[in-house]
Amino acid sequence: MNIEAKLGLDVFQVDSEQPHIRINHEICQTRCTIRYCLHVCPANLYTLNEEGKVLVNYEGCLECGTCFIACRDDALTWHYPRAGYGVQHRFG
Amino acid sequence: MEKVEVVVVGAGLAGLATAYVLAEAGVEALVVERGDYPGSKNVTGGRLYLEPVRPYLPDLWDAAPFERRVVKERLTMMAPQASITVELNSNNFRKEPAYSFTVLRATFDQWLAEKVGEKGAMVVPGYKVDDLLTENGRVIGIRSSDAEIQANVVVAADGILSFIAEKAGLRQRHDPHNFAIGVKEVIELPEEKIQDRFGLQEGQGAAQLFFGSITDGMMGGGFLYTNRKSLSLGLVIGIHDLMVKQPTVQPHDLMEAFKARPEIQALIAGGNPVEYSAHTIPEGGLRGIPKLVADGIVVVGDAAGLALNQAVTVRGMDMALVSGVLAARAILHAREKNDFSAATLAHYEQALRESFILKDITTFQHMSEILSNPRLFNEYPQIACDLFEQILWIGASPKEKMSSTALHMVRQKFLNPAVLGDLWGMRKV
Repeated sequence: MNIEAKLGLDVFQVDSEQPHIRINHEICQTRCTIRYCLHVCPANLYTLNEEGKVLVNYEGCLECGTCFIACRDDALTWHYPRAGYGVQHRFG
Repeated sequence: MEKVEVVVVGAGLAGLATAYVLAEAGVEALVVERGDYPGSKNVTGGRLYLEPVRPYLPDLWDAAPFERRVVKERLTMMAPQASITVELNSNNFRKEPAYSFTVLRATFDQWLAEKVGEKGAMVVPGYKVDDLLTENGRVIGIRSSDAEIQANVVVAADGILSFIAEKAGLRQRHDPHNFAIGVKEVIELPEEKIQDRFGLQEGQGAAQLFFGSITDGMMGGGFLYTNRKSLSLGLVIGIHDLMVKQPTVQPHDLMEAFKARPEIQALIAGGNPVEYSAHTIPEGGLRGIPKLVADGIVVVGDAAGLALNQAVTVRGMDMALVSGVLAARAILHAREKNDFSAATLAHYEQALRESFILKDITTFQHMSEILSNPRLFNEYPQIACDLFEQILWIGASPKEKMSSTALHMVRQKFLNPAVLGDLWGMRKV
């Protein structure tokens, strides 16, 4: 079962107006060389584009905070989604 | 501006327990929860040890929506090609009152929130707190995007990342050494199948923990709990270990490899995955506990880092519930004195120290050092599996004495400084 299929099991209410994770690309590209975010996220939301820029698909976020804990250069602004948005666990 | 006596941020187990005790004593308590319903943002492994909770909350549990009552404990050591499982069955697990249950949080937290409501507290979902209100350095309430609420005390029950405790200056930036990431799948199976596969009767459940090669040398392990009509299967990995691991691995790939093990395949075959979740877990022991009180604020449950991984047991929900009760009692004391300063609310911290919570976390404070040893996950499970296999294997050639097999293994694998050092280290736990 790939990660897309796993996330397909979950219920998300996407906040297209206010992403709850933002990357400060200046810090990300100048200070961080390790890019832990690319492999620690359990939803595999972080990818590197052709220009070497890290992108995040915040829409499938499980709200665990692992990326935020792992980003030691503080390149992430990370909040919980606004009320009414984000993942909704039916089992938990 | 609205004003209540106590506002609790987060309708998880710690926050709801706080509100329950406060409401029972006639205090005006408001619980705000960012999810659409209590439990919608919460995840457990999971099982709840009820025995430690009963002295603090004795009368609550008769109609609780527990999944199954745990009557069987299994511990599995995994090498890449083999595993050893120890199973404990005990009549004590079947005695009344039951000592432990499996739970699913979406159901369980909604039920507990109803109970809190019946006692007279308000539980308001769909309410996200953005900031604290402060005045002369003391916390006097909360702020959301469109409203402010004043309170004598704010209870930070906002979970493991606790931005509320951070805003109050009670905790530092999160240290990856103090956290693990858990991923979980809920896999539906018919009730009878679960009972047949685990050797259970109706209503009975099993709890199984795994450690060894499944975490690829990283701190952590697997878990499997039987729910009424589903299994909770998951993997936990230390975040620091996951960050520095070379070559890199991803949690969901490790989870797939774990699921592909023949031992697991036999248990989940034909099952229907219905949810994938991830949650961080406090693993720092004493080191991970922030300051617990300041003027006008107390911190409870995961937000306070109250959880304990003893390798053979993992717990947190019992501590969350009891920390909530102890916080509520300290608030009641502060209310009598009409003094909500840190000095008075420090009764909560004192009570935590005198309870099993900080006593157990202190007794096992060196556990995380032991669990950061890669030999525990790679070499030792392999040695144990090899030894058992050599003793149990009947092949074409004549067998040596069992004592000789064991002695060879000890000489070959155990008589070296690293292993003897590990054994010596075990005295700390």
